[in-house]
Formats: sequence, structure tokens, C-alpha cells
Amino acid sequence: MTGTGFMNTMEAVAINAAAFVITMVLFGLYVTWLGHNPLDVYYVLWLGSFARQISIESTLTNAAPLMLTALCTAIPARAGLLVIGGEGALVVGGVATVLVGVLLSGAPFLVGVTLMSLAGAIAGGLWIAFAGALRQYRGVNETISTLLLNYIAIAVMYHLITGPIRDWERVLKTSSWSIPEELRVGALPLVDVHWGLAVGIVTCLILYVVMRKTTFGFGVDVLGGNQRAAQMAGLPINKMVLICCFMGGAAAGLAGAFEVTAVHGFASESLVVGFGYAGILVAFLSRQNPAAIILMAIILGGVAASGGLLQRRFDLPDATTQVLQGLLFMVVLASNAAYGRLNIFQPAAWRTA
Amino acid sequence: MNMMSELGMIAPPRVTMTGVTKRFGALTALDAVSIDIAPGSFHALLGENGAGKSTLVKCLMGTYRADEGQVLLDGRETQINSTRDAQKAGLGMVYQHFTLVPSMSVAENLILGEADLPAVIDWRARRKLLRAFMADMPFQLDLDRAISNLSAGEKQKLEILKQLYLGSRFLVLDEPTSVLTPDEADQILGLMRDLAQAGRISVILISHKLREVESYADEVTVLRQGRVSGQGRVADLTRSDMVQMMVGEDTFAKSEARSTSGSGSTHLTVRGLCVDDDKGVAAVRDLSLELRSGEIVGIAGVSGNGQTEFVETLAGQRNETAGEIIVDGVPYSKTRKEIRAARIKLLPEAPLDNACVRGMSVAQNLALRDFDQPPVAKGGVWLDKAAMRARAVDLITRFRVKTQGPDAPIETLSGGNVQRTVLARELSDKSNILIVQNPCFGLDLKAVAEIRRRIVDARNDGTAVLLISEDLDEILELSDRILVMSEGQIVFETPREDADLQEIGRHMAQHGD
Repeated sequence: MTGTGFMNTMEAVAINAAAFVITMVLFGLYVTWLGHNPLDVYYVLWLGSFARQISIESTLTNAAPLMLTALCTAIPARAGLLVIGGEGALVVGGVATVLVGVLLSGAPFLVGVTLMSLAGAIAGGLWIAFAGALRQYRGVNETISTLLLNYIAIAVMYHLITGPIRDWERVLKTSSWSIPEELRVGALPLVDVHWGLAVGIVTCLILYVVMRKTTFGFGVDVLGGNQRAAQMAGLPINKMVLICCFMGGAAAGLAGAFEVTAVHGFASESLVVGFGYAGILVAFLSRQNPAAIILMAIILGGVAASGGLLQRRFDLPDATTQVLQGLLFMVVLASNAAYGRLNIFQPAAWRTA
Repeated sequence: MNMMSELGMIAPPRVTMTGVTKRFGALTALDAVSIDIAPGSFHALLGENGAGKSTLVKCLMGTYRADEGQVLLDGRETQINSTRDAQKAGLGMVYQHFTLVPSMSVAENLILGEADLPAVIDWRARRKLLRAFMADMPFQLDLDRAISNLSAGEKQKLEILKQLYLGSRFLVLDEPTSVLTPDEADQILGLMRDLAQAGRISVILISHKLREVESYADEVTVLRQGRVSGQGRVADLTRSDMVQMMVGEDTFAKSEARSTSGSGSTHLTVRGLCVDDDKGVAAVRDLSLELRSGEIVGIAGVSGNGQTEFVETLAGQRNETAGEIIVDGVPYSKTRKEIRAARIKLLPEAPLDNACVRGMSVAQNLALRDFDQPPVAKGGVWLDKAAMRARAVDLITRFRVKTQGPDAPIETLSGGNVQRTVLARELSDKSNILIVQNPCFGLDLKAVAEIRRRIVDARNDGTAVLLISEDLDEILELSDRILVMSEGQIVFETPREDADLQEIGRHMAQHGD
């Protein structure tokens, strides 16, 4: 490890820790204003996220999709794109998983699950790659297009689950057909967390290796760092952007696939719970580093997991955890301005005459 | 503030600058320059890029502070420390690029520069004032028109009106006609001359267009390398006198030893190339040239005549709208494979922005060309960081790049060392075509000599070198063949042996005239 790399890591750790503390102070002020003791609230946050096995399991279950949706922002970001379409890619992936799963009724478990996951990943990948193509070939801003594609994905899903693929037997909840029970994915050994967590961790690690240890990843970093330098070097920019968008979208689609195969068994409004948007936050917290995403997704998963307990214990409004996430997002975005400005991480020794 | 009705009553100040010297580090940008501008005169400031024209004007307008020398207004020594001071003294500058707010109206743009604009604007009173002001002006604009509907010429007029409205009686026009059509330029300069002849304003016109100077200015000061190389009444000077003052009479600087005569096989052919700039305006028009092995072809020209767009097109950073680029007999589409096969190397201007990645280290920037080739790439896929670093250490030593080490961010290097880093990367293996733009801009003499020597070495090894430079001395020192680029075209060509400085300068200064 080089000196700069280490300093950059320390800088990110310090800035993120500071952002987290500031967020907690702000959140404390908010709950104080609502008439609660902030220390009690912090304690319940801890209780609901990491204090007990059951809360840890809940945290990890929430973290699994966050790891994958975070990649949807982080991988294109390395090539210089700001993609916020994780929510839509997750939904599209979930719907594709249901369609393939229903077709595969009677297939062997491994074959079925593999094909369903592939379907979810490919659907999500093509979804975001479409936004990448719009940008490269038609000059459409990818942030705007992926935001709008989120709405389109959600609308398409509602159209399908209220008509063409609706399960009319389920009266209390509007949903799609269910995938066959024998193709449902279960829990990991030892902990009560579904296999999506393992897939999320492995995907993050694989993409870490791709982005940091291969010539492809180096080329992407050149492109993200300075497009003009990439053009001068003759790099295949369009192809690289499309591949990065596809990889990111495929990760989010995979999140949708496991929400279907491991959690719900069908597509419904339960897919649209903000994993895509929280993933953007995780990506920013991780500075677009796929390995760091694993850790940050677990922390954010903890926030989500403690939400229910927080609301029950203090009779807080439902949106309280969203307030916390929103505060954290704003503080993290603001703290990005601090990078490169803290002298202790910028040794003057680098400067030469 | 209501100064407009006074236009005509208050005479412009006599502006005298004596012995003004300005240094930037080791570089002396202005060396004891003196200039005297009587009220009502139209004074041209002529010179090549980097001759010191802008620096002189910035010292007058308070943007820079001169290290030595004085500014006298009407004979009194005056300290001008800011543009605000300049405005108070009645000195105004009209910049090359518009400073108007496009979404606002003419009236709003006129008053927004006022120093003490009240919080609530009494528009009725203002409009009355503005109308009276307009009526007094030699050219009018409708107060209610939006800026976005004005032509370039009308915008330039408004910039001038704004200065007059704010009370400027002494106007500096910085290449005001570069964005105008010839008709618009003639009209505006004619109006300015009329105002000056009526004694209402004084004008300094910064230009490199001899025709404008001859047609409109009374007096001219020519700068060359920070010194006054000529001064006088325009009527007493011929065009060739002025060219001579601009480019000097020096014999060519001694050039590096050359081994071959330089006429090998053709490596690069450009035919009928047309390129648009960012705004979609044609920047390169029907440009054709040939580049042969073992020669340096120098393209001289005043900046902003399409050189940057031309280099960007060769670099793959901009697409041509017409024409073809042929490398070694095959149409060239700027892919990585072609670049490697044809051994095309590039040192563009501002290399930190155009050829480097700021956030990356020196070693990583050195690997931009061949990170996907052995030894840096293992198995075609894996990046061998140790090999990358080892190669960087070798190149840093060979090209004497001054850096804290291969892991230091490229941004922390000085300009000369960034230049050396890029040159090290580009010339680390055999090159066939080398495209260089302003390679020595802003460097100290030692770095200049070293970089020029490496360029000549590459030529002697059989590389076809295309040198695009705003520094005529550099072109004359290095080139085997000299082309002059003006308004996006090659307007003149001469072999080095027959090069005539005056002739080159004339073609640089004015196209087709």
C-alpha cells in the first residue's frame, strides 16, 4: 500500500465519522424537539440495529439489497456518471425474476434460482445501460434519465401487477403471481439472513477486484478522472460507459431478484421501499469503493432495521428513520467538500518546486 | 449616479505610464514600458501573443500592480489598486468576451454595474435618465430588448455603452473585433473613432490586426517581449514598419544540430479538414497538410485561429465535420489500436487538463499509453502495479522529472515537470508522429532548451513532428517547414531556408489582405 492510498483511506474514515457524528447531533435535536431524550433514542437505535442477534439479523437483511443498489451508483460513478436509477433497476429486476420464475415451475432448484437471478441482473443491467446509451449517443443527462426511468419502472410494475400478471387470489395485497414455492431461496447457515447477503458481499468483492486490480478498472478510472485524457489515449469510451452502466444496473437487478426469491416471493409495492435511493447514500459514503460498500451498507442497514423499534418505543412518526437517512445524506454530501482541504491528509511534503 | 449627461463636458484624462515593469517570478512580462495617451486620441497597442499587451493594460486598470513605474492621470501620480479605482478615475475596459447577463434587458444591463445601486430601483426615473443618455450617444439600442436577442455587434455596442454610462472616458478595447463580422467591426471602430475625434473619449485598441490599426488609430505602440519596440503616429508608418516592430529583426536563433534533410515518407496527411468549435462555429476550415518522416513542420499563428480545435481533432477530443485524416496511407479514426500501430504521440497545450488525470499519481499518468500492454498488463487483464511503478522510476530518471516520487499526485508537480512527464510518456518508445502544441509555454529557459532538444532528437530519429506554436521564435528555431494558420486555414507556407520574418508576420496578422 502506498502512502497516498493510506492517507486517502484515513481521510475518508475521518470525514465519514465526523459526518456520522454531526448527523446524530442533528437527529438528537430533532427528537428533542419532538419531546424525547436523545440519549434514550440513541440507545434504542443501538438496540434495534446491532445489540442483539435478532437485530443484527434484521440489519443484515436490510444491508443485502443496499450493497447491490449502491453498486448501481458506485460503478458508473467511477467512469464519471451520476446514476441514481437503482430503485428502477431493482424493480425491473424483481419483475423479470417473477416472470422467469413462473415459467420455470418444476425446474431443479439450482437451475431455477440461477436463471431467475440472471434474468433479474440482465433486466436491471439493460435498464441502466439504456440510460448510458442515451448519454453517450444522444447527449441525455444520465442523472435525469435514470431518475425518470425509476418512475417508469415503478409504473410498469404497477401496470403488470394490477392486470396482466396479477394474482387475483391474493385479495388483501395487490401483487403479481408468486414464484413456485420450491424455487424460494432460504436462509444462510447459522444466521437467519437470506442468501442475498452472501451474493451482495461476493458481488462487491468481485467488482472491487475488477475496478482496482484490472486494466479495465484502470481505464475506467482514467475516464472518470479526465475524459479528455481518455480520449487522447484512444480508450473505447462508449463501450466502457455501457459496461459500467450494465454492471451497476445488473447489481441492482440482482437485489430485486433476491427480494423476490428470498423475501416476498412475488412482485408488489414492497419492492418500492427506497433501497435504490438509500443505495445512492451508501455509494457516496463509500466514495464509490465497492469493498467499502459492504461496511457502509451494514451501517445503513442498521439504521433501517432500528426504525420499527424506534417508532414503537417512542411513538415517533413513521418517517423518522427517513428523516435520519435524509440528514445523513445531506451531511455526507456537504462533507464531500472537505476532501482535499484537511491539511493533515495533504502533507506539504508532496509539493515540489 | 448620473454621469451620462456629462459626457462631452468632462474631457477624458491624459493617461501617462512611465517605466512600468512587471515581473512574474523569473519572467519579466513588462520591462520599463512608457506610453502617453492624450485626451481624444485613438491609440493602438500592437504585438504578438505574450508580448505584454494585456499585462500593460491590467497594470493600468488595477488588476495587476506594477513592480516599478508610475501611472499619471492628467499629470498627477495616481494609485490604481482595483478595477473600482479605475472606474472612479474614468477608466473602463471592454473585454474580448461579453460580460452581459443574457436573460436581462438592455436597461437592466446598463445599470447593474452602478457602484451604489439602491435596494429599490425607481425605474421611471432611471428610464428617463437612460433615454436621455441614449439620445446623446452616437449609436442607440432599444432599452427593452433582451440581451439574448442581440447580435454580437449589438452586444459589443452595449458593452461600450455600459462603460460610457458608468462614466468611463478612457476606454480600453481588448481585441473587440475578434467576435464580430468585418462589417460590424468597421462600424463599431468607426463610431469609436468619431467619439475620440470629437474629444469625448480616448481609446486604447489592443489588436493584432494591422488593417484595423491603419484604418482607425492615430498612434500606435508596438510591444515585443515586454518592451516597447516601436511607437509613433500611424500615418508615419508603413505596414512593413509595424510588422518589423512586431516580429523583430533578429536572425534566427541557433537551432539544434540536424542529421538528415528531413524528407522521408509521408506519415500524416490532412485533407480538407473542417472542425467546429464548442459553439458550432467553424474553427478549422478546409485545412490540408502533409507531414513527412524526419521533418518538423511548424504552424505559426495568433492564438484563437483554430489551432486548439485542430490539435483536439488530431487527439480524438473533437470530431471533424468534413475532410479526412490519413495516417500511413489509411484513414485514421483515433482508436487506441491505431494510435499504437501508427505510433502517434501527443503533447498538447495545458497537458494537465488535456493529457493527464489530476487525481492520479505520476506513475499512473506515465502508464496512460500502455497500461494494457505488457509489462504493466499481465495476462492482458491484470494490472501489475509494481511493474507500473518500476517503469515510472526509470522514466522519471531518464527524463529528469522533478517529483517527490512516482506516487506523488501529478497535480503537485510544477508546469515544467508535468510537461516532462507527458513527454517522457510519449517519447518512452519509438514514435512515428509527434504532435506538439505550445510545448514551452510558461517554462523557464532551462526547461525550454531541454524540451526543444528532445523534440529535435525525435525528428532526427525519423519522427514526423507537427509543432503548433504561438511563439514565432520557437517555430523559426525548430521547424524545417513553416506554415501560417489564420482563421482556420493554412494561408502561407515556406521552407525554413526561405523564411522571411516580415512576410510570416504579415500573414499571421491578417488573413488574405
